[in-house]
Amino acid sequence: MSRVLSWDRSVFVLLVVTVAVGAVIDPDFAGGSNLGFVLQDIGEIMLIALPMTFLIMTGEIDLSVASTAALAGCVLGWAWQASGSMAVAVLAAVGTGVVCGAVNGFLVTRLGLGSLAVTIGTLGLYRGLCYALLGDTTVADFPAGWTNLGFSSIPGTPLPYVTPLLVVLAVAFGVVLHLTRTGRWVFAVGQSVEAARFAGIPVARLKFRLFVVTGAVAGLAGIVYDLRFASARPDGALGFELAVIASVLFGGVSIFGGVGTMWGVVSAVLFLGSVRSLLQLQGVPGNALTIITGGLLLASVVIPVVAQRWSAFRERRSRVLAAATP
Amino acid sequence: MRRDAAVLFGQLGVDLDPDRPARGLSIADQQIVEIAKALSTDARVIVMDEPTAALSASESERLLDVARRLRDGGAAVVFVSHRLDEVFALCDRLTVMRDGATVRTCPVAGTDAGEVVRWMVGRELTDLFPKTGTTPGDVVLRVRGLTTDGVFDDVSFDVRAGEIVAFAGLVGSGRSEVVRAVFGIDRYDSGSVEVLGSPLPPADPRAALARGVALVPEDRRQQGLFMPASVARNTAVVVLSRLARRGVVRERAERELAAHWAQRLQLRHGGLDQPVERLSGGNQQKVVLAKWLATDPRLLVVDEPTRGIDVGTKAEVHRLLSEQAGRGLAVLMVSSELPEVLGMADRVLVMREGRLMATLDRGEATQERVMLAATGQASVAGEGSAA
Repeated sequence: MSRVLSWDRSVFVLLVVTVAVGAVIDPDFAGGSNLGFVLQDIGEIMLIALPMTFLIMTGEIDLSVASTAALAGCVLGWAWQASGSMAVAVLAAVGTGVVCGAVNGFLVTRLGLGSLAVTIGTLGLYRGLCYALLGDTTVADFPAGWTNLGFSSIPGTPLPYVTPLLVVLAVAFGVVLHLTRTGRWVFAVGQSVEAARFAGIPVARLKFRLFVVTGAVAGLAGIVYDLRFASARPDGALGFELAVIASVLFGGVSIFGGVGTMWGVVSAVLFLGSVRSLLQLQGVPGNALTIITGGLLLASVVIPVVAQRWSAFRERRSRVLAAATP
Repeated sequence: MRRDAAVLFGQLGVDLDPDRPARGLSIADQQIVEIAKALSTDARVIVMDEPTAALSASESERLLDVARRLRDGGAAVVFVSHRLDEVFALCDRLTVMRDGATVRTCPVAGTDAGEVVRWMVGRELTDLFPKTGTTPGDVVLRVRGLTTDGVFDDVSFDVRAGEIVAFAGLVGSGRSEVVRAVFGIDRYDSGSVEVLGSPLPPADPRAALARGVALVPEDRRQQGLFMPASVARNTAVVVLSRLARRGVVRERAERELAAHWAQRLQLRHGGLDQPVERLSGGNQQKVVLAKWLATDPRLLVVDEPTRGIDVGTKAEVHRLLSEQAGRGLAVLMVSSELPEVLGMADRVLVMREGRLMATLDRGEATQERVMLAATGQASVAGEGSAA
C-alpha cells in the first residue's frame, strides 16, 4: 500500500512517456492538430468512463453503455426528423439514456440480478431497438450548425468542441468521487457491501442512481458521436464498452470494487488515445487497434494478480533466507 | 449404487427415495443422507457435531434413534451437543470441555444435569467488571412480540436509559437475529419495535440511526469495518453528513473526529491514515465502537463486543460500556461469555431456540440459572422489569 509508484501514478507516467516517445519518433504526433484528433477520437470513451468508474468501484458493471449510446443516437436522429427541433431531439436522446440506465438499475437493485448478466442482455436489447427504430437507414440531415460542433475546432485553438465538456465532467466526477459523502459511500460499498448496510448506507438506492447517471452520460456520448459523424446509425459506437471498461480497469480501478482514482482513469483514457493515434500515424490499420484495447484489458486484470503473487513470493523467500542465515 | 443406498436407508430405519436430489430434502433428511454416506464407507467411529442444532424435536428424536441403531450395530458414536436432554437420553459416557480443556469424563448414569452445568461453568466470578450503580431512566427500546418464523418467536423486552441488558444463550439461539431485526438489517414477520415511545419502521437501518440506535455487529471484519480503508474513514463513515459542508466532506473535521475517539478509547494505531486491516483485533473493535459512539446514540446494541480480543482490551471495552451506561446510554449486549454477562448486566435475557426463556435481574442471575435456562433444563421466570 505504501509503494511510491502506485498504479494510477504509473499510468500517468506511462502516458507522459508515450507522448514523449511519440513526439520523438513522429513529429506529427505532438502537433496541435493531432492532439485535437486524439481528444475527438476518445471523447465518447472518456465521457462514459467517468460514471463507469463509479459503477465498477461499487462492484457493479454496465456492459450496455455502447448500445445505450447508439440507441440515444438513433433517437436523436429520429426525434430530429419527427420534430424538426434539435433541442427536443437532444432531450429525447438524453432521456433515452436515463431510461436505459434505469432499466439496468431496476433489474440489478430491485430484482437482485447480477449486473454482468443483466447488462449483457440489455446490450443486445438496446442494440436491437436501434435497428427497430431506424432499420438499415441512417439519418444524415442534422443542421450544419450542430454537426460543426462535432468536427470543427474551437476557434483559435486545435481543440474540438467536446473538450470543455470533457474537462468539466471529468472534474465534476472527480470531485464527487474523492471529496463528497457520495464518493465515500461508493468506496465503502465497493469495500464491503455488508458493512455498508450496517453503516446505514442506502446501497440499493446508490447503485440505482449510478446506473441512471451512467445511462444519461452514455446518452450524451451518443449525441457527441452522432455530431462527430454527422449521422445517426444503428451500428454506432459498436464495441465502445470494451474500450471504456479497459480504460477504467487500466486506470487502476479494481474489478472487485473499492479501489481506484478518477485521475488514474482519465490518464488511462488519454494513454489509450495516444497509443491508438501513434499506431495510426505509423500506418497500422484502424481495425487492428482493438488489439490495443484487448491487450490493455488483459494487462489490467493480469498484472495486479502477478504483482501480488510476485511480492508474496519475495516475502516468502526473504523469510526463508532470513531463517537460513545463522 | 441405488440399491446400496436403499439398504443403508433401511438400516437407518428411514424411508427415503435414493433418486431424489439432496437439495430439496429437509435438513433432517440431509443429515440422514450425511450419516448414510459415512456408513457407506463402513465407518466404525462416527462423530456427530451438533447434529440436531437445526432440527425440530421430532426430527431430533428420529436422529437419536439412528444413533442408537448405529451403536447397537457396534459402531462408536461421538455425539457433540449443547442440548443436555439429548446427552442424557442418548449417551453412555460424557466429557465436559471448557476453554479448550477437558474438565471431566464420567458415565452418564452417575451424574445429573445440574452437576454437568456446574462443570461447564466452572470458574468463579471475578471482580473484573466495573459496575457503576445506575438508576434506570425512561424506556428507550420497547420490543413486543417480535417474531420471524423459524428464527425467533414472540420476543418482548424493554431497555431503559442507563441500563445494560444482556442477551445470553447458546450460539444459534436467535439473539443476533433479534438485534439485527431491531436495527433493521433483517425484516421480521410480526411484532413491534419502539424507540423512545414511537414506532421504528422495519428493515430501515437509516431510520434506526436517525433515531439514535447504533449496532456494533457480530462480525467486525465483515460487518463492522471497511478493512482497506483508514482509521479516520472508518470512524467517520456513519456521520459523514455532519462533517460535510455543501456535500463536500471536510477532511479536517473527519480527522479531528477520528483523533478525538482514538484518544478517548486509547486506540493503539500507526496514524489515522493506517488501514484498519493492519490493526490488532482489539484495536479494530475499538474503531468499530468509536464509529458508533460518534453517532451519539441513545441506544447502543453490541453483539459479542469482546469476541476474539485480548484480555486488556476486553476490560477497556467493559469499562467503556459501563461508563456510557452511567451517562444514560441504554445498552443491549449480546454475549456468549457468561462472566461478561453476569459482570456487566443489570438484567439478563436468556434465549433458547428462538424464544425468550427467562428474564433475570442482576441479583437473581447466577451462572447456573442462566445455563439451565439456556440449555432448556428449566424455565426460570424472573421477576424482571420487562413485560
